[in-house]
Amino acid sequence: MMPMRPRYKNFLMIYFLVCISSLCLGQPSQSQNKDQQVIKEAPFLASNPALEVKVKEIAEELRCLVCQNETIAGSHAELAIDLRNQIRTQLQSGGTKESILQYMVERYGDFVLYNPPFKAKTSLLWLGPLALLLLSLFVLRNYLRQQKNTNKTAVYDSADLAQARELLRQSKPVNHLSNPSMTKDN
Amino acid sequence: MKRLIPLGIFGVLIVFLVIGLSLKPKEIPSPLIGKVAPTFSLPVLNQENQIFTPSEMLGKVWLLNVWASWCVSCRAEHPLLNELAKMKLVPILGLNYKDQDPAALKWLTELGNPYDLSIVDAKGLVGIDYGVYGVPETFVIDQTGKVAFKHIGPITPDSMQKTLLPLIAKLNK
Repeated sequence: MMPMRPRYKNFLMIYFLVCISSLCLGQPSQSQNKDQQVIKEAPFLASNPALEVKVKEIAEELRCLVCQNETIAGSHAELAIDLRNQIRTQLQSGGTKESILQYMVERYGDFVLYNPPFKAKTSLLWLGPLALLLLSLFVLRNYLRQQKNTNKTAVYDSADLAQARELLRQSKPVNHLSNPSMTKDN
Repeated sequence: MKRLIPLGIFGVLIVFLVIGLSLKPKEIPSPLIGKVAPTFSLPVLNQENQIFTPSEMLGKVWLLNVWASWCVSCRAEHPLLNELAKMKLVPILGLNYKDQDPAALKWLTELGNPYDLSIVDAKGLVGIDYGVYGVPETFVIDQTGKVAFKHIGPITPDSMQKTLLPLIAKLNK
């Protein structure tokens, strides 16, 4: 048999790379309590459900700046309530989704968007995971190629194995520890 | 060589983690920097019928400090604002954010009033225009009415000495 160590090391490395890339690919968890609307909004919901759906749709694309892992739709922060009201007011006065998102970005920056645009500044965010994936694939390919080569040099047929077993049986009285080379590649 | 690869990856990871430690994710860069401060017309605290608009301050470097009597960190930075007001380097204007006039007045009587005047933003709409998301915040606005700097959170003696005062001196040249 081949010694196990190099293979074990490669596995560790691939595992490590996969871990990193999956960390980067992981989406920021959108708020879990999306469906919990704030009690204060109940009267609005009753008065115009279609508008509320639109408000919620836009609010879900916006990050609350106070509780940074919550959407403006899901957050109970004062500012989130104010911003939901702002979205509602703007929709009522003819604002579109684009104009409202633009309004928010002008005030709070790209950070407010859960789906930030592709720019020089955000390129690492968008391309980083892809780069890590490609790197992982490259390492995997090298690893597999290496495996193939080692398999070519180490082909044992049943006759070889039988011979090896015979040798082992015969060498039983010999102390293995005194001759460590026996255990390696011989 | 092979042994160096995991070490290299580890090194890169450490670099990223160290950079991560020094970042302040709570401080979101303001898109307003370098742009003209949003305009508004709002009443002045304790001055009946007086309306303030930022254009009145053109030609001066001034601070717009967002505060509220319900804001705990505002209490922490207040002595520093009082000190800064005593230095008479710049006019300090308060934006009394989502507060109630009696509570705000009580606060100013108790803790001292560093403000040339306080603007009443009861509904917080001007706060939204200025991208305020965590009171206190302090804007430095230059002679041309542009936002030169935004300080997020309470001013500390350190940020006062290292950032605000040098910036004010530079702008006032």
